[in-house]
Amino acid sequence: MITVHLEYFAILREQRGLARETLATTAATPAELYAELRARHGFTLPRDRVRAAVNDEFVAATAPLREGDRVVFIPPVAGG
Amino acid sequence: MFKISTAPLDPAALARMLPDARAGACVTFEGWVRDHNDGHPVRSLDYEAYAPLAEKEGARILAETRGKFPIIGAVCVHRVGALALGDLAVWVGVTAAHRGAAFDACRHIIDEAKSRVPIWKKENYADGATAWINCATRGEHAGAGVPPAPPSEA
Repeated sequence: MITVHLEYFAILREQRGLARETLATTAATPAELYAELRARHGFTLPRDRVRAAVNDEFVAATAPLREGDRVVFIPPVAGG
Repeated sequence: MFKISTAPLDPAALARMLPDARAGACVTFEGWVRDHNDGHPVRSLDYEAYAPLAEKEGARILAETRGKFPIIGAVCVHRVGALALGDLAVWVGVTAAHRGAAFDACRHIIDEAKSRVPIWKKENYADGATAWINCATRGEHAGAGVPPAPPSEA
């Protein structure tokens, strides 16, 4: 079990109903963590349409999560 | 310089960052909030960014652009927050010795920024519905009652 700090943006923030939370999880990777959150909160975006960032840098969905990591899931972007 | 701004963008002030005696060309691009997308009347937009990573990824785009085109200066600033029709959402300015590189690099920067930088746009439609652009899922609507929209042009 590790503790991670999540920040939500855009559609994920609205579907979660908050902008940030701290969570204890058994997820070992961003992919596992997203699956856990999606099941709990009903996120509409499937995992393959969401990128992961840890500590303000893009990471692979299978990268290891560590105690205290700041995790952001990035929905499809739409700047401009 | 690539920045996320919560304050309105001032093109004249941004352009003052660019002058250079070696530059013979300056190309700027402005992305404005327009009143329609994919046939739906749009009333306003909300932009949101993951600012620390957006600015890192934006800086990488500018560095890559300098590697691809012989340019001198490059600046891109993207607005976040609630924007009204006609507001300036994004500004790009590029200088180069010659116009070809300045045009090409400016286009490259805005195209890459739209596809890679963690910035999101919610359209608020005239009928009261809303949608996060590019976030609709099959068949259903991500946020509300209009069909999924394709990637939109600024």
